[in-house]
Amino acid sequence: MKASFNINNSVSELELNPNETLLNALRNNGFTEVKCGCNEGECGACLVLLKDKPVNSCQVLAMSVQNKKIKTVKGIGTLHNPNLIQKIFASTGADQCGFCSPGMVVAAYSLLKENSSPSNEEIVEALDGNLCRCTGYVKIIEAVKRSAIILQENKVEAE
Amino acid sequence: MFKYIKKPIEKIDGLALVTGNEKYTDDFSFDNMLHVSVLHSGFAYAKIENIDESAALKMPGVVEVLSYKNIKQILYTTAGQGYPEPSPYDTVLFGNVMRFVGDNVCAVAAETKEIADAALKKIKVSYKRLKPLLDFEKSENSKILVHKDDGAFPKIPVYYDASQNLAAKVEANVGNFEEAFLSSENKIEHTFFTQYASHCAIEPHAAVSYIDTRGRLVIISTTQVPFHVRRIVSHIAEIPISKIRVIKPRIGGGFGGKQEVLLEPIVALITWKTKRPAKLVYSRKEVFKSSRTRHGYRTIFKVGFQKDGKINAIHLDALENSGAYGSHALTVLSNAGSKTLPLLNKIENLKFTGKGVYTNLPCGGAYRGYGATEAYFGYGQIVDMVCEATNNDIIEYYKKWSIKSGETSPIFKALGEGKEGVAMTVTSTSLNECLEVGAKESGWYEKEKLYGANSTFNKGKRFKRGIGMAALMQGSAIPEIDMASAYIKMNDDGSFNLNIGATDLGTGSDTILAQIASEVLDTPVENFIVTSSDTDFTPFDTGAYASSTTYLSGQAVLKCATKIKEQILQVGAEILGVNIDEVEIYDSNVVIKSSNENQNKGEVSYEDICRYSFYQNNQFQIQAGVSHVSPKSPPPFAAHFVEIEVDTFTGIIKVLKYVATVDCGTPINTTLAEGQAEGAIVNGISYALFENYYFSQHGKLLNDTFGKYGMYTAADIPPIKIFLIDSYEETGPFGAKSISEININGALPAIANAFFNATGKRLFKAPFSPEYVLKILAG
Repeated sequence: MKASFNINNSVSELELNPNETLLNALRNNGFTEVKCGCNEGECGACLVLLKDKPVNSCQVLAMSVQNKKIKTVKGIGTLHNPNLIQKIFASTGADQCGFCSPGMVVAAYSLLKENSSPSNEEIVEALDGNLCRCTGYVKIIEAVKRSAIILQENKVEAE
Repeated sequence: MFKYIKKPIEKIDGLALVTGNEKYTDDFSFDNMLHVSVLHSGFAYAKIENIDESAALKMPGVVEVLSYKNIKQILYTTAGQGYPEPSPYDTVLFGNVMRFVGDNVCAVAAETKEIADAALKKIKVSYKRLKPLLDFEKSENSKILVHKDDGAFPKIPVYYDASQNLAAKVEANVGNFEEAFLSSENKIEHTFFTQYASHCAIEPHAAVSYIDTRGRLVIISTTQVPFHVRRIVSHIAEIPISKIRVIKPRIGGGFGGKQEVLLEPIVALITWKTKRPAKLVYSRKEVFKSSRTRHGYRTIFKVGFQKDGKINAIHLDALENSGAYGSHALTVLSNAGSKTLPLLNKIENLKFTGKGVYTNLPCGGAYRGYGATEAYFGYGQIVDMVCEATNNDIIEYYKKWSIKSGETSPIFKALGEGKEGVAMTVTSTSLNECLEVGAKESGWYEKEKLYGANSTFNKGKRFKRGIGMAALMQGSAIPEIDMASAYIKMNDDGSFNLNIGATDLGTGSDTILAQIASEVLDTPVENFIVTSSDTDFTPFDTGAYASSTTYLSGQAVLKCATKIKEQILQVGAEILGVNIDEVEIYDSNVVIKSSNENQNKGEVSYEDICRYSFYQNNQFQIQAGVSHVSPKSPPPFAAHFVEIEVDTFTGIIKVLKYVATVDCGTPINTTLAEGQAEGAIVNGISYALFENYYFSQHGKLLNDTFGKYGMYTAADIPPIKIFLIDSYEETGPFGAKSISEININGALPAIANAFFNATGKRLFKAPFSPEYVLKILAG
């Protein structure tokens, strides 16, 4: 069946099964920036924003969120127009294989929108649902901290 | 000094990664594509008497079923190693004997993944269950034989005896261990155990295949070893190598787990048979149980030493649980000795004995650290014990007894990978400085005194603190075996194509290799268009394993770029009308040496040089292809220091601070080098404290999800400080050695030594779970 969704501020017609997860519906319709690491809600690679709140899209039925605003990592910033957080992730070395990065960036973006000067505890709490095996999280946490500082200096929101 | 080397240059794919723009294997889909699902054995040991796939084949949308009934029973090894592989040929893609819970029964290809999954449930398999062999310590003399009359054989002339369940056996002797041990004043003997583990690359294994416009098979795969994939698929599917192209796109981490050829032959056979694209992506559960793991190990150390601490004799006996198939069994085993025993190279009598035994449990394979992690657990504690018993300061002890520049160890020659090793002299080390800096930065001397089992700080307290350390070494590539090659051509705007067989797993090797070419050609990294890991378009490289890419592939790039430089100088000199020895390169130009008085006439840009070579005179393509084989495997070194707190009520060990000092020669990219160390350390701590495979009494893996497995998250990590302490390795590109594996080896011995410092007790079995810790504290 076909159904329309609000993804990254535009309306997209998705071809999907009524019982499909949001993750599969997105990936099967070209939104491959949303990654699948476990399909069990445990790794955070498929994290998207649903009405500005981070959710593991593998745990959401697509048809249940048809009228809600969905934002993937590409809705935060693209290769040609990256968000500051993405630029800082790349320049800090917070990306190694990059497979967890879309989910990590969504988690970091969501945190910084809510809380512009998070403590270390608040950062690790926000990233706790996102697994990464490459970095040991050190440079990811550093990237979030740097992003917060620069956002504050520039007095801009994480938009 | 360096212009592009030893800099924190951003990964060339960085922005594409963090914006979700890069493509991984599962992101490729094709029209008319089949989806593949694999049925895995639920029994640890069983013979399939029949498979009835008729009901599945009748389902609408089911296209193909592959099983032992319709595929040729071709023996191979899943280990993606050089040819002939040092791992035994003991595996068939789909056989009729299931040797572990997770073994391949059959595969279904269908129009959708849902149909393929549903079809698996319709396949009726009649099993004759056999009693499984689950205790690896009892494997060697067991009546249960894991590979009985199946024709399994070693591809190279090494010891192999399936009638004793021996997948591998290694022995090396230097001096006379027995005599020296007997005559030693002090003797200790201890047994250590390390456990199974999953690599936990966040991207699961995947492969997609299709037939191109001229009838060739193209495989896109999450592989660390594209060229080995091409060769092994050709062997199993009986398709000529010339008809196969393997592409590695971005891959989501490997850590050794993707040095195995598991999924590619399945999609290859389906595509070759149906002429339709096919995709297979493992679920996380399949990755845990059916892909490859870290081997379980038992190591027994026997050490004889003098009152002053001098070790006269050491015997390391390693027993490796190879699991159902012997992938990497021999070489991981050899590395347990070859990456540890040379560290204290002044020990005159050494003995290494090792056996890799079959069991009906998941298969071991390559895993970051590769035997060294397993052996350093005991080795690092044994050294601590000797120092403790002889009142030696362990820092001074390592400084005195460890291998120095200009020195060798007989182990380098005695222990190779499937054959005799290569004798070598260490020519670069900063281990002593690593020890000093690490001691200072960790507060070693103050804390080691402050803590201690009987200190006022700890005595009678619920929470006890301790500090521990370990010194480490690894290697850089497999000497005289691994080969890498690079190809560079120049474009008419002064940019270059850098084509390399080397495989970037997320380590950043595409960037590092571009930096090396940049440095040689004195032109920015952005001027390199890097293409890697495509068997049609990039030259051969053994692949990303054995800590080889920076050191080995990097040297191939350096040699290749040097040839390009010669050609650029030649054309530049021709344009400038001078001799080649009168010019040099500077900042993307060829300039006349000391041309201060006439600067404008004395230079020509790379752009103009390439245009000239394309269109003007004596036209040719500036290009070069170069290969490199290393004569040695220079070890990186490291010293790890860890401070812990033990809750003696709950048995929970908390890591308070981790300091690692690392000698990787010249770190080509400082950010990426630190990242390698940080990632390995966190994996090491997570392994030391938590990660394990828990099996049912019938050999079924019980904790086969991330949630149950419990790898570290951001909320678990302690403060970690990395110090890169350069040495200069003459045989490596701009002095570089490796860094990817070594730092996973420190957590086990350093935490165990810290635990001793805190409690006076020793840990012999990993992981250091609260239950185990409480048992040790009570005993």
